[in-house]
Amino acid sequence: MSGSSSSSVAGRDIVALEGVTKRFPGIVANDSVDLSIRPGEVHVLLGENGAGKSTLIGMLSGLQQPDEGRILVDGKPTPITSPRHALALGIGTVFQHMMLVPTLTVAENLLLGGPWWQRPRTEELAARVAEITSTLGITVKLHAKVSELSLGEQQQVEILRAMVRNSRLLILDESTSMLTPKGIDELGALMRRLVEQGLAIVFITHKLKEAAAFGDRISVLKLGRKVGEIPPERFRALDEQAIISEIVELMFGKQKDDPEAVERPVRTVRAEAAPLLQVTDLAVAPTDNAPGLSSISFDIRPGEILGIAGIDGNGQKQLAEALAGQRAATGGSVRLEGVAIEALSVGERRRRGLRYLTDDRLGEGTVGTFPVSINFFLKQVGAAPFWRGGVEQRGEIDKRAAELVREYDVRTPSLKTPVARLSGGNIQKVLLARELAEGAKVVIFNKPTYGLDLANTLASRQRIRDTAARGLAVLLISTDLEELLSMCDRVAVIANGALVGTVENTDDARTRIGRLMIGLAA
Amino acid sequence: MSIDTAPTASATALDATSAATTRRDILHRLLMTLGPILIALVIAGCILLAVGVDPLAYYGFVLEKGLFSPLGIQQTLTRMAPLLFLAAGLIVAFRAGMWNLGGDGQFLLGAVTAAASAPVLVEILPAWLALICSFLIAMVVAMIWSLVPALLRAYQGVNEIITTLMMTFLGTSLANVLVKLAFRDPTTTVPQTRTLPVEDRLPRLFETTITSGLLLGLAAIIIVHLVMTRTAFGLKLRIVGANPRAAVHAGLGVPGLTIAVFAISAGLAGLAGAVDIIGVQGNVRADWNPAYGLAVIPAVFLARMNGFAAIGFVFLLSVLSIGGESAARRLGVPNHFTLVLVSIVLIVLALAEYFDHRYNQSRRA
Repeated sequence: MSGSSSSSVAGRDIVALEGVTKRFPGIVANDSVDLSIRPGEVHVLLGENGAGKSTLIGMLSGLQQPDEGRILVDGKPTPITSPRHALALGIGTVFQHMMLVPTLTVAENLLLGGPWWQRPRTEELAARVAEITSTLGITVKLHAKVSELSLGEQQQVEILRAMVRNSRLLILDESTSMLTPKGIDELGALMRRLVEQGLAIVFITHKLKEAAAFGDRISVLKLGRKVGEIPPERFRALDEQAIISEIVELMFGKQKDDPEAVERPVRTVRAEAAPLLQVTDLAVAPTDNAPGLSSISFDIRPGEILGIAGIDGNGQKQLAEALAGQRAATGGSVRLEGVAIEALSVGERRRRGLRYLTDDRLGEGTVGTFPVSINFFLKQVGAAPFWRGGVEQRGEIDKRAAELVREYDVRTPSLKTPVARLSGGNIQKVLLARELAEGAKVVIFNKPTYGLDLANTLASRQRIRDTAARGLAVLLISTDLEELLSMCDRVAVIANGALVGTVENTDDARTRIGRLMIGLAA
Repeated sequence: MSIDTAPTASATALDATSAATTRRDILHRLLMTLGPILIALVIAGCILLAVGVDPLAYYGFVLEKGLFSPLGIQQTLTRMAPLLFLAAGLIVAFRAGMWNLGGDGQFLLGAVTAAASAPVLVEILPAWLALICSFLIAMVVAMIWSLVPALLRAYQGVNEIITTLMMTFLGTSLANVLVKLAFRDPTTTVPQTRTLPVEDRLPRLFETTITSGLLLGLAAIIIVHLVMTRTAFGLKLRIVGANPRAAVHAGLGVPGLTIAVFAISAGLAGLAGAVDIIGVQGNVRADWNPAYGLAVIPAVFLARMNGFAAIGFVFLLSVLSIGGESAARRLGVPNHFTLVLVSIVLIVLALAEYFDHRYNQSRRA
C-alpha cells in the first residue's frame, strides 16, 4: 500500500493540501490531510459520512479555513478566503444539493453572479455554452426553466456553470446520490471527457463501485484522517474486484500503527442468563430524510456487548431512538427484563433502566447554555432529592454534581460553566455520568467515541467495558469497526434499516463484517 | 475550551473563583445595559434637535411629569400594574422559546370580560369575591383565546409568531364587537360597558391615587421569576426554550408544556386587562386599545427576561409614556416619540451586544 506521495512532485499539482487540519468545537474533522490534485485525473475521495469529506471540500471551495497546514495552488501557498476567491482561482464546486434557482431559466442561472452594473450578456453566453457543450457531447436547453429539468440535467447545468467560469478544478460532492443508474453512467462518461481536456476533477462518494469505475486515483478518508491512497499506476494495474477489496481493506482494515487497537479482553457471558433486552420484529416507518427500520430482532444478555456495525445513515439513529422511545415504532416489541416497554414514554423507559447515550451531544444530549451541574440531571428534572415539591434544591444538585465531576473526571472550570464551553470529550463524560448513574440496566451507546481525541476515546471505551462488566446489557452502535471488534461479544450489521447478519466476534469477524457492510454475503 | 482543573479540586475552591466572576458578570451586564440607553438618549436628543426641539427641555418635562411631580409619579405607578402582568406573561413565553405576540388581543378580551362581569357580580356577591371571580373569568377567556396558536404549535409545529399576531387582530375586533353588541351599557349614548362603581374597584394605596393592582402586578412578576428560575416546572420550560430536541431526548412532554406556556402567558395577559379595568378604568369603551402588549415587549427584552430587571424597565417605560405624553403636548412633539426613543434604545442595545460578542470572540481567538 503506497502512502501519500504528494508534496515532492508538487510542480504538477493544480492544488495540493499539506497537513491540513480543521477542528470544530469538540470534533477534529480533518487531521493533517495531504492531498494532491492533478490535471487530467479524476481523484476520488472515498469515506463514510463523518469521515471529513465535506469539510475538506469546504476548505477547497473557500467556505472554511484550515486551522493548520496549507493549501498550495499551482505550487504557491494560497489561502482560499471565500467561494468567490475559489472561483477566481479556477476551483468550481458542484455541491451535493442542487444550487440552482428553480424558477429561473438555465441561461439566467448561468448568468447569476455577473457584475450587477452590466446587462447580462446573453449572446456571449450562448456562444460560449455552444463551444463547451459541443466538445463534451452534451446538450443543454438554455431557455428551459431549471424546475423542468431532471436531476441529471440540472447537474449538467451545474457542471456547465463551473466550465463557463473557466474552472480548472471541478469538485463533485456526492454527485451521484440523487441520480438514476443511467444518469450515473452518463456522469462518469462526462467526467472522462472533462479530464481528457486537461481538467482536474475531485469526485466525492461513499460508493465503492463508482470509485473503482470512474477514478484515476483514490484517497480514502476515515474519521478525519487519510488512511491510504491508490495512485494511478497501481489503479490501472488492478481490476475492479481487486480495487474494491483493497479499498475495503483501507476502510475497515486494521492499521498496523493504530494506537487504539486493543486486544479484546475475554469476558464470560453467562449464556444461560435471561436476556435483559429482547427486541422482536421492530419496525419504524421511513421519513423524508431517514430510512425506516424493518424486522429488527436481537437479544442482549446481562454483561454482554452487542455491536451494531454499518455504514452511517443506514438506520442506526432510528434504531437507537425507537428503542429509547423518541421515535414511534410501527410494529414489533421491545422487552426489558421480560416486560414489554414499547408503549411507554421516554421518561418511563429511562426510569425502568433503559438508557440512551446519544451521538448528538450538543444537539440533543445537552442544553449548551445551561451549567454543567444542571445538565447532569436533565433527564431527572423534578425528581427527589434534587427537587422537593417541585422546588430546586441547589445544595443537593451541586453536591451530587461535584461527586459526578470527580468520579467521571470531567474537566470543567466550575459547575456553573455552560456545558457547551467544555471540550467534546468532557461533554461526553457528562453524558456518561448521567446515563450510567444509578438504576441503569440496558445502555444504548450511539457512536460513543465519534470525534473524540485518543485519550477520551480510550477512556470512553473503558467506561463501556466496565458497564458490561457490572452486568448491564450494552448495545454499542458504531461506524468504527475497530472499536466494535475490540469490545463486542457479537456484532450485527445494519444495512438499509434491516439487520443483514450477526457475527460472533471471533478471529475472522473483521472480514465477515466488512463483507456484510458492503452488501456481500458473509 | 477546557481548562484542566485538577479533578480533585475542592468544591469550595471552585465556588470562590466563580463568585468573583459572577460579580464581574453583573457589572458587565449593567454597563452593557445602561451604556446603550445613555447613547440612545443622546441620539434621540439629536433627532429632537433636528426637528427644532430642545432635547434637554423634552427630557426635563418627561422626568418632571413622569417622575418628580406627585401626581405624575402616582400615574406612573398606576400605569405599571397592567404592564407588569403583561411582562410576567411574556417572560414565561419567551423563556420557553415561544413568541406570544398576541398579548394585545388577550389583554383586551380579558379587559372586556372583566368589565362585563364585574358590575353584575358585585350586585350578587360580596365585593371581594366578585372581583376575584371577574379576574378568573378574564384569565380563562384569555387562555381559551390562546388555545388555537397553542394547539397549532404543539401538534403541527406552526409558527406561533404568525398565529398569535393574527389572533390578536381577531381578538381586538371581537372585543370591540362584544362592547358594542353584547355588553353595551344601555344607559349611555357612547358605546361602552357598564361602569364599575369607584368604591367597588380595587382599593387605592394609602392616601394616593396609586392602584393596589400595582402590588398584584409586582407579586405576579416575582412569582413568575421564581417559578422560572427555581422550580422543576420552570426548568422544564427553559429546556424546551433553549433546546427543544434536548427536551424530547430528556423525555419531557413537549406538546403539553407548550400548551401550558401559552395558557399561562395568555392568562397573565388577561389578568393584565382585568387589573386595568377593575383597578383603574372601571369600564371599556368601544375602540379602546392602549396596545400595552406590544409596548412591553422591548422592556422584557432589555431586561433579558429577568423578572427583577423587568420591574425596573417597566417602571422606565411607564415614566416615558406618562411623561412623554405631557412633554409631547407642551413641546409639540408627536405623542409617538416615546416609541421612537424606545426603538433607538433597542437598536443601540443590539449593536452593543453584537460588538461585545465580536470583542469576546477576538479576545478568545
